[in-house]
Amino acid sequence: MSCIETIRVENLAIGYTGKNVYKRVATGISDTIRSGELTCLLGPNGAGKSTLLRTLSAFLPPLEGKISILGKPLEEYSEKQLARIIGVVLTERSSIQNMTVDELVGMGRSPYTGFWGRLSAEDRAQVDAAVEMVGIAPLRSRMVQTLSDGERQKVMIAKALAQETPIIFLDEPTAFLDYPSKVEILHLLYRLAHEEGKTVFLSTHDLELALQVADRIWLMAEGGELHTGTPEELTRDGSLERFINLPDSEKRVRIHFDLNK
Amino acid sequence: MRRSVLTGMVLLVLSILVFFFLNLLLGSVSIPAASVWDILFGGDGENQIWRNIVMKSRLPQAVTALVAGAGLSVAGLQMQTVFRNPLAGPSVLGVSSGASLGVAFVVLLSGRLGGVALSRLGYMGEIAMTVSAIIGAMAVMALIVYVAQKVRGNVTLLIIGVMIGYVATAIIGVLKFFSAEEDVRAYVVWGLGSFARVSGGQVATFAVIMAVLLPLSMLLVKTLNLLLLGDGYARNLGLDVSRARLAVISCAGILVAIVTAYCGPITFLGLAVPHLCRAIFRTSDHRVLMPASLLAGASLALLCNLIARLPGFEGALPVNSVTALIGAPVVAVVLFRRRKEETAE
Repeated sequence: MSCIETIRVENLAIGYTGKNVYKRVATGISDTIRSGELTCLLGPNGAGKSTLLRTLSAFLPPLEGKISILGKPLEEYSEKQLARIIGVVLTERSSIQNMTVDELVGMGRSPYTGFWGRLSAEDRAQVDAAVEMVGIAPLRSRMVQTLSDGERQKVMIAKALAQETPIIFLDEPTAFLDYPSKVEILHLLYRLAHEEGKTVFLSTHDLELALQVADRIWLMAEGGELHTGTPEELTRDGSLERFINLPDSEKRVRIHFDLNK
Repeated sequence: MRRSVLTGMVLLVLSILVFFFLNLLLGSVSIPAASVWDILFGGDGENQIWRNIVMKSRLPQAVTALVAGAGLSVAGLQMQTVFRNPLAGPSVLGVSSGASLGVAFVVLLSGRLGGVALSRLGYMGEIAMTVSAIIGAMAVMALIVYVAQKVRGNVTLLIIGVMIGYVATAIIGVLKFFSAEEDVRAYVVWGLGSFARVSGGQVATFAVIMAVLLPLSMLLVKTLNLLLLGDGYARNLGLDVSRARLAVISCAGILVAIVTAYCGPITFLGLAVPHLCRAIFRTSDHRVLMPASLLAGASLALLCNLIARLPGFEGALPVNSVTALIGAPVVAVVLFRRRKEETAE
């Protein structure tokens, strides 16, 4: 599948501003993210992974620099337009009750449905396809609150797929999951990038797994320094090693991965 | 729409019709059903006293109960969704406290300042109370809407609403302390809440206002469904969250303000009916819950009014006692059984 550049970030500074607050979390972020690729954002707690994701999905305004998505500056998109371009899976564990998996995935169609949010035949078909792709067909009529964490995460991914967006951002989709579920979710995301041509960008703490599946890695050190490249490049130029040896990052993680992947 | 949902709705409508007619039929004076029917649908030959009882007392009361129950339940559902808090209800935002404060000002101060106890003014006094309740409720509403734009967190907003309620109650306490005894009594009676207070002409106004507002509130179903997912997801799906929050809070606030102005603070219905509907229809979809809450609220209010007025309770029980006494066990049982089914699954 041919990869095209979907997100371009130039000299981006992220952080929070308010009346009496001005907090820069990271600066000088420049890179591109391409479709058909799985890009993993790694970094210790507090490095600004969530802030970066929130900025890229237009929840937060950037402090400086430019973000363009599909060749157009992010700020020129309306919320309604963005809803058809970026789908998100968030860390916030919503307390949704009394809603079936089917209904929740169907909510992903909201940007396309009319005033009452009624699903058309085409919407139904998209929901079916999303459910099929994520492999949660047996769960369809289950209530969301009865699902395990891993199942729920898959449902949220299916929701993002039903949204039919070329770009999917995921904020720590593997947190709270047991090891087999982590592997399963990352493989699913890998497939979505490589088989469906989606631009998948996710933050995670699972360094080892990320190095195995990611096409590109963004390493975010505390203080906002960012190194990007393929896992091989980052290993060769030593930034991965430096990253791991950072005092407060996940220490002494042993890395095994196949350089010839 | 699923078949079970449709059946549920039809049953709710039928229950409203039955309870409505029973409200006209039962009371301290027994009137045969056939005569009630005749009085309603144009028979002239009926007993004039019966006609007065049905048309001037029972019918306005039934209409008030129906409309108020529907309004409070819809408002309660909206509040619970927008605050994502199952304990939210029409009273949490301090809107009903605002109405109480408005009434307290007029009732308690009029005697003091104007030299005329409002309780002696009759019909004019009634209108003054309604107007002051609306003004009080709207003032609090405006404050809440202003705060809603300033603060981000739902919980913060909820706490501020509760605080406003406390402040209003405190001011009312101070006012009471300085008021004449009979005025305090008039205020306390208002505070009990009642479907019976609204008289003929006002009922029509009340019903017309609500007949406009309730369908308008139904327009928010897609917004409410999106808000269920949480702010982040809702926003990602193209919803302007702060504007949506404002719209829902305003809508619920206005509904509560109007109902409270006419009936006094009615508790419980707005909190309980949405839970009842979620449990019965087993869904969070507001396309089902909104009409269901409207119908179930109307039905339950009619039932409560009926029980409050059963022969033997001369002069009628306070409706708030009945709503809680009847409603609480019903809700508890429904939720309990629901939980059991869930664990059995």
